[in-house]
Amino acid sequence: MEFKTVLSFCPYCGCGCGLLLEVLDGKIVGTLPSKTSPVNQGKLCIKGWTVHEFITSPNRLTQPMVRQDDALHDSSWDEALHLAATRLKEIKEKHGPDSIGVLTSAKCTNEENYLLQKFTRAALGTNNIDHCARL
Amino acid sequence: MAGLAAVFGSGAMTNSIEEIENADCILIIGSNTSVAHPLIATRVFRAKAKGAKVIVADPRRIPIILQSDLHLQQNLGTDVALINGLMHIILKKGWQDQTFIDERTENFEELKKVVEHYSPEKVSEITGISVEDLEKAAEYYAKAERATILYTMGITQHTTGVDNVKSLAHLAMLTGNLGKESTGINPLRGQNNVQGACDMGGLPNVYTGYQAVVDQAVKQKFEEAWGATLSDKIGLTATEMFPAVLNGKMKALVILGENPVVSDADCLHVEKALKALDFLLVIDIFKTPTAEMAHVVLPGAAFAEKEGTFSNTERRVQLLRKAAEPPGEAKPDWQIIQELSSRFGYPMDYASPRAIMEEIAKLTPSYGGITYDRLQGDGLQWPCPNTEHPGTKFLHQGRFTRGKGLFSAIEYKPAAEMADEEYPFQLTTGRVHVHYHTGTMTRNSPSLEREISECFLEMHPEDASELKVGEGDWVMIASRRGSVSSRVKLTDVAGRKTVFMPFHFLESRANILTNPTFDPVAKIPEFKVCAVKIEKMDRSDKSISSPP
Repeated sequence: MEFKTVLSFCPYCGCGCGLLLEVLDGKIVGTLPSKTSPVNQGKLCIKGWTVHEFITSPNRLTQPMVRQDDALHDSSWDEALHLAATRLKEIKEKHGPDSIGVLTSAKCTNEENYLLQKFTRAALGTNNIDHCARL
Repeated sequence: MAGLAAVFGSGAMTNSIEEIENADCILIIGSNTSVAHPLIATRVFRAKAKGAKVIVADPRRIPIILQSDLHLQQNLGTDVALINGLMHIILKKGWQDQTFIDERTENFEELKKVVEHYSPEKVSEITGISVEDLEKAAEYYAKAERATILYTMGITQHTTGVDNVKSLAHLAMLTGNLGKESTGINPLRGQNNVQGACDMGGLPNVYTGYQAVVDQAVKQKFEEAWGATLSDKIGLTATEMFPAVLNGKMKALVILGENPVVSDADCLHVEKALKALDFLLVIDIFKTPTAEMAHVVLPGAAFAEKEGTFSNTERRVQLLRKAAEPPGEAKPDWQIIQELSSRFGYPMDYASPRAIMEEIAKLTPSYGGITYDRLQGDGLQWPCPNTEHPGTKFLHQGRFTRGKGLFSAIEYKPAAEMADEEYPFQLTTGRVHVHYHTGTMTRNSPSLEREISECFLEMHPEDASELKVGEGDWVMIASRRGSVSSRVKLTDVAGRKTVFMPFHFLESRANILTNPTFDPVAKIPEFKVCAVKIEKMDRSDKSISSPP
């Protein structure tokens, strides 16, 4: 049996509370507040205390999916990525770069947001990128 | 952020979370702090214990009023009138910080002229707050050595959102409460990395670090760094994209970790737009109602299953560490994006998030000194221009980003949709303590879902008795956009004819009702006020989410 705690940060509101994920044999089993965080100083709210629950939910997506005959079916990464890239290319060629829009995410990391806006601007060729800051 | 950017030249929380507990006066406006930002509320409680005056301005009797010295219960959408009224009193009594105004601001005369018309009596009539309470609030705020303002979407989600924010910035400048510890104007960000998504250029008008897409020198810098030809045309905001789909201009959408089918105002309209798309790609960790409508769905990794950084509401960049493997074939989003980009014909080949941050730091002045090695402790607060820089605890010390702080004249305008004979109630929306946004995460957390598992409509007991509705009864709530059903919760948290509904629940989507009319500058919809009618339902008839 291998147990460790991993320092992380709460994915809910903008406070950015420090927390420790409890990991038992590679599985996240609990959450503890970080005592040294300058933000939360050893406290968490009810949502922060339970972040391990949604991570390990059986409802998580585990497989790419592609729509066929009006329903989503499991597919391989190769098929799903190929389809996505091809359709976006076709639409860009036919209707121009500004016919594509991108919503990036306030839940994803800085690095991921950076890459998605780079993809939008440099590859798709449009500034149609936004996220839920207004919501 | 547009409001703060106009006044100061940059938009973010001016001060830090830890500073709140040393303020002498805290004005909380349009923020249900103890519910939506509990660990910031803790700092307010500490400040109160140390003797600070706490003023809460909110149309609802929210829990944090129990820790306040004064609750200003303004009518929905009357914030500009309220703040102009406070500034009127401050100027009448001579409580302004004239040195600060003279040295660090411009255009003061224009503000003075407009505020002159907002006498306490007139403001009392518009806002429903007594003259006595207005005077008390002005005195607490203006006479404090260090006064700070905390606000959230209760201020911004209005057709006058930018006016509201500018007015608050004016109030802080008028009293010299900027550029020093425990003061400032502090938007509490509602999502863990909404600050970061903005900082990283996840906006239609700017690259990273708020560098404008219309600036030719900036464009050239990014074209060289990225080896691509870039557009200098400002893109569409999220609120403009859905109408663009419906009028045929937009054909494809890529949505990363967002759920507009539940989160956006007038969401039936959003659903219609998503159905009209030629192609919809969704990357998410759950099969959200938005993902259900996609042509391709790609499974992402959760925050605990990857490396990367988040920037919190006080501009603190913090380093995530990987705790476990993603489930099944799910992958970190940064890998998904670079694989998609490479197949699209623009190759990306980063070895790790660390390598991506190195590129960000090179191209972004405010993140220039941020490296993974330096983030090992408590993180770093931007601006952090170079690797020797310790980060910045509070902004605007000595000067504003734009030089002088800019006053302007702002008149009160009522909400776009007021109650009338046909729709006699005003609806406002918000969060509950155990749920978060569209519930994608919290409703998949059994301990949270157990606490509150269905929607409710808060209604004043006297309104309820007129409609012959009791606690727990089902009602149909309808606006000009659509209708939803919900159980009723009797409470005098809000005044007569003002009802409240949380927006987390797919079964009773509050955003079917909300008004998508948006602020002309910030393009934020008026989630916080719309007119509705309410009818008692037969228990057996609870058809949900039907258009009118």
